[in-house]
Amino acid sequence: MGRYANNPAAIRALVRESEVHKDTYIDAELFELEMEHLFANTWVYVGHASQVPNKGDFYTTTVGTEPVVMVRHSDDSIRVLFNRCPHKGVKVAAETCGNTGKFFRCPYHAWTFKTDGSLLSIPLKKGYENTGLECCEASGGMAAVQAVHVYRDFVFCRLNPEGVSFDAFFGQSLSTIDNMVDRSPEGKLQIVGGVLRYINRCNWKMLVDNQTDTTHPMVAHESSAGTAAAAWAKAPPGTPKPMAVEVFTPFVSPYEFFEEMGIRVWPNGHGHTGVGKSIHSDYSDIPGYQEAMVTAYGEERAHAILSENRHNTIYFPNLTMKGPVQTMRVFKPIAVDKTLVESWAFRLVGAPDLLLERTLMYNRLINAPTSVVAHDDTEVYERAQEALHSRGRDWMNLCRLYDAGEPRDAAHFETNGTNELQMRNQMRAWAHYMTVGMSEQPQGSAT
Amino acid sequence: MNTITDAQLIDFIYREAELIDALQLQDWEALFTDDGHYWMPLTHGQTDPILQGSLMYEDKMLLKIRVERFFGKRTFSQQPHTRCHHLLQAPRVIARDDTAGTYRCRTAFHYVETRLDEQSLFAGWATHDLVQQGGQLRIQLKRVDLLNCDAALPNIQLFM
Repeated sequence: MGRYANNPAAIRALVRESEVHKDTYIDAELFELEMEHLFANTWVYVGHASQVPNKGDFYTTTVGTEPVVMVRHSDDSIRVLFNRCPHKGVKVAAETCGNTGKFFRCPYHAWTFKTDGSLLSIPLKKGYENTGLECCEASGGMAAVQAVHVYRDFVFCRLNPEGVSFDAFFGQSLSTIDNMVDRSPEGKLQIVGGVLRYINRCNWKMLVDNQTDTTHPMVAHESSAGTAAAAWAKAPPGTPKPMAVEVFTPFVSPYEFFEEMGIRVWPNGHGHTGVGKSIHSDYSDIPGYQEAMVTAYGEERAHAILSENRHNTIYFPNLTMKGPVQTMRVFKPIAVDKTLVESWAFRLVGAPDLLLERTLMYNRLINAPTSVVAHDDTEVYERAQEALHSRGRDWMNLCRLYDAGEPRDAAHFETNGTNELQMRNQMRAWAHYMTVGMSEQPQGSAT
Repeated sequence: MNTITDAQLIDFIYREAELIDALQLQDWEALFTDDGHYWMPLTHGQTDPILQGSLMYEDKMLLKIRVERFFGKRTFSQQPHTRCHHLLQAPRVIARDDTAGTYRCRTAFHYVETRLDEQSLFAGWATHDLVQQGGQLRIQLKRVDLLNCDAALPNIQLFM
């Protein structure tokens, strides 16, 4: 018998005002409950419409730990199906992406399903005459996720049919997606260049926490970004600054830079660093890009779009985005101590190729299994995953710049960039979406 | 231009791998030409390192940063250091231009990386574009095609 199932009070007690209990990161039962509740009650990123441009195009992924397939249906809408044959449970679509034509076909017994999931045909159908199949769950075909929302080509779903609406869940946080899309002179993004995939042996929330942790870069990344900065300092005067140096060196900006950079939080666990400026503010101009933006949007609007240089935006629970470099990571939970990171790259349609070159360079230098920046992050996550088991201390500390009066439900709130407010914001949302709708069983009543 | 025999090319490739295994990384990085690259594509048959994603596409500057970082005092993910082991199939010389002094070799390999109690096995093919410069062989491009380049990979901290 677990300690946390059907015990919302015990789960809520794990999140104090400015501390989080270690169990949230190391307890296997809580991980299972996250998959059952948190990843079903929230709007979770599935994929991007540019991955399925034509009817029958599909992309397989997971929401929490559940296999799903995102597919372009015959009416051009995007559907998300649980990727499981209703007959014997076989995963129907196995490839990461492809085109399935007008229907999916299970490889085991050739049951076929329309791209909305409905059952199309079963071989040797007479074997089901007068058997009551029509009353069985299987006659419904592949179950479709009912709550699917496509926002500017980003596809999200909520596994629970009932719950918070898309607009209420994301609120003003959608402005980060807006800004990244608006950076295309044509207002359109494409996923391109392939995806970098790597495993961290730690809880998925450690990666989420790290996105708005602005007092670690100058410490953990001194070895990589600091080495790059030192190498650049020795370059002869007049040497053109390499793109890689532009990418690396802002990581070792002083504390004051990160304090001034600011942080903004939104309800439901979303937030971002880099309100006024960020480590992405000072990249070189790309020839031809400004002109294309001014032509598309006019001087004032183009300037406003390009002046917004947010650092990391968290879309709670497990998506993070960097608009100014057009990268996105999904932290896919696999086990309580195992997370798959996927680093994606976007092309700004209508923008010069040099922007995509920078996006791809950023991903391989910073967010890859081969990245010297990521190596030092992974090291601390994995050390934490091991050492949190210590009985010497039970709580993780999120107290930096805590204020008992800090807003909980304001539409948005900006403060000092080194505030750990976003981590607290995430965990407050975690406690809510873990327990909303969870039934409560009286403890110790059965004797 | 000296004539370079197949045996000299093959010996160069064995010696290159030995330098990495011995963690003589400055000596290894010095084998690259000033405009040389170390490339680890993300997909099989990839032809573009710039507008397609790669696991690594490092010029000499990035290789130097990587090597210097490896030995840095504040490089926490290298305390303790990663060790590695190359097992090479006999390299084959698949192209040569003696007039230009350029050569291409292909080598199948198994590569093991280990740190603390973890050990990872990788398999792949290395393609070396070598060039004769000042009487020495240098690496213009080392391309590493991993068998599972598109898989969910563990950290890769050294060079294949």
